[in-house]
Amino acid sequence: MAMLEFIPQLGRRTLQSIPGLGAASRFLLTSLLSVFNRHFSFQQLFRQIYGFGVRSLILMVVAAFFTGMVLGFQGYYALVRFGATSALGTLVALSLLRELGPVLTALLFAGRAGSALTAEISSMKATEQLSAMEMMAVNPLAWVVAPRLWAGIISVPILCAIFDLVGIFGGYLISVPVLGVDGGTFWAQMQSNVTFSGDILTGLFKALCFGVVVTWIAAWKGYTARPTAEGVGNATTLSVVTASLTVLGLDFILTALLFS
Amino acid sequence: MAAEALVELENVCFARGSHPVLAGVDMRIPRGAIVALMGASGGGKTTMLNLMAGTLRPQSGQIRIAGQNLQKFSGDAMYALRRQMGMLFQHSALFTDLTAFENVAFPLRRHFRLPENVLRKLVMMKLEAVGLRGAAGLFPAELSGGMGRRIALARAVIMDPMLIFYDEPFTGLDPISVGIIASLIKRLNTALGATSVLVSHDVEETFSIADYGFILAGGKIIAEGTPAELRNSDSALARQFLGGQPDGPVPFHYPARQDYAAALRDSHAAGEVI
Ligand SMILES: Nc1ncnc2c1ncn2[C@@H]1O[C@H](COP(=O)(O)OP(=O)(O)OP(=O)(O)O)[C@@H](O)[C@H]1O
Ligand SMILES: [Mg+2]
Repeated sequence: MAMLEFIPQLGRRTLQSIPGLGAASRFLLTSLLSVFNRHFSFQQLFRQIYGFGVRSLILMVVAAFFTGMVLGFQGYYALVRFGATSALGTLVALSLLRELGPVLTALLFAGRAGSALTAEISSMKATEQLSAMEMMAVNPLAWVVAPRLWAGIISVPILCAIFDLVGIFGGYLISVPVLGVDGGTFWAQMQSNVTFSGDILTGLFKALCFGVVVTWIAAWKGYTARPTAEGVGNATTLSVVTASLTVLGLDFILTALLFS
Repeated sequence: MAAEALVELENVCFARGSHPVLAGVDMRIPRGAIVALMGASGGGKTTMLNLMAGTLRPQSGQIRIAGQNLQKFSGDAMYALRRQMGMLFQHSALFTDLTAFENVAFPLRRHFRLPENVLRKLVMMKLEAVGLRGAAGLFPAELSGGMGRRIALARAVIMDPMLIFYDEPFTGLDPISVGIIASLIKRLNTALGATSVLVSHDVEETFSIADYGFILAGGKIIAEGTPAELRNSDSALARQFLGGQPDGPVPFHYPARQDYAAALRDSHAAGEVI
């Protein structure tokens, strides 16, 4: 009985969300295209990229370092049973480049920079700052939203590349000096088994897609938040939850498409 | 009222959900005048300013600015028109991450490329006019409510607009500042050759500078005229409003589903405590 009610309700929910998705897509496109608007400022864009970098860089480096070290340990115990520890470098690098780098970067970015972005935009809305801007003939999509969206889209792949590098370094530190895998083999195996377009570029492409999705959700949730203190709080939580789930779901789809 | 009208409202209706805010407003704002808009709290005065500025659209009726229908304006034309409008928001709406100086400079920076020293002079002139040159470096969180209003006022007029909306410019100001701000509004209107719409509950101060006034009640304009005409109006509504009497045709209460006495009786019968 509960199941029978659940199915039409799911259908209704999905149908209800379609117009919202349309509005959100229009919001994304208009904002991205407003690079051509006279109120778009590259100075604002660089400030935002710098802001995202400062906010997330240390977090990314620490997270990547530990992720790489854990990969080194776990990979070693899996491979040593087959006497295949020479493949450890490849294992660490491929796991990071193809999967963990983009996904963890996006999740951390959603939690750190995405939430801040939602809170910023929604509280600007709640205190009528966006209306004031509109009244001063400055398009808030061009002045506020567009630089933040573009900054997110540009930052996430860069942060992902840093994540990958630091992670591989962490994996190396555990594998070679600690677990005694031969250093030459570690790097040589990695070099011959990791391809530039197949692994590195597709991983960064994933990160780019996640960057679009995370900043889009963060900006949209902020822009459509109810203009109250509670609305700001709800929007911020919802932004992180929605963005994280969407990244994981999208990761499955992208992996199936890109690596099959 | 022979002067040419700058803003005209014709049978404008606007509702928030099922709650009608404006129910057929007709209004003519002559060019160059200071026009007062008064009415009960929650009566739709802020809504009317937003309609005239094009940030809200009426559900029916027409709003014309300089003879042109506002609904026909494209996005770009609307922005071009707004560069000639200024609005003092009821809750100031200052940018919290910018200093007082940068708040006032914001419209100038966005629309013109001025050398820094020229910009500085223009902004400082306006800050001096509202008496806050010394507060230029403070952030909105460091300003008192009344100081915030005055910074917002300076920002509203920094572009020398031809149409200025003041949403309750006197709230939060001490009696001395009220007088100074009132005469500033008057002087700006003369100096810029602008037209001003002033929403205020301060009847005395408003009538001392306004050329014409409208009283809004029940979603309609119930009285209009020069301050002298309004004071001598034979409309019971207008007299009640200007005299500040609690009893009369203008209800103090926002419409509730049930009369309070009846609600009390019912809940008492049901054994509830409210
Ligand atoms: N964003 C909104 N959403 C829903 N209803 C609103 C909104 N803004 C205003 N209202 C409603 O519209 C009506 C008119 O509000 P408005 O702000 O125009 O009143 P006002 O005349 O400016 O009052 P005050 O003198 O207190 O500022 C009120 O009944 C209010 O409840
Ligand atoms: Mg109001």
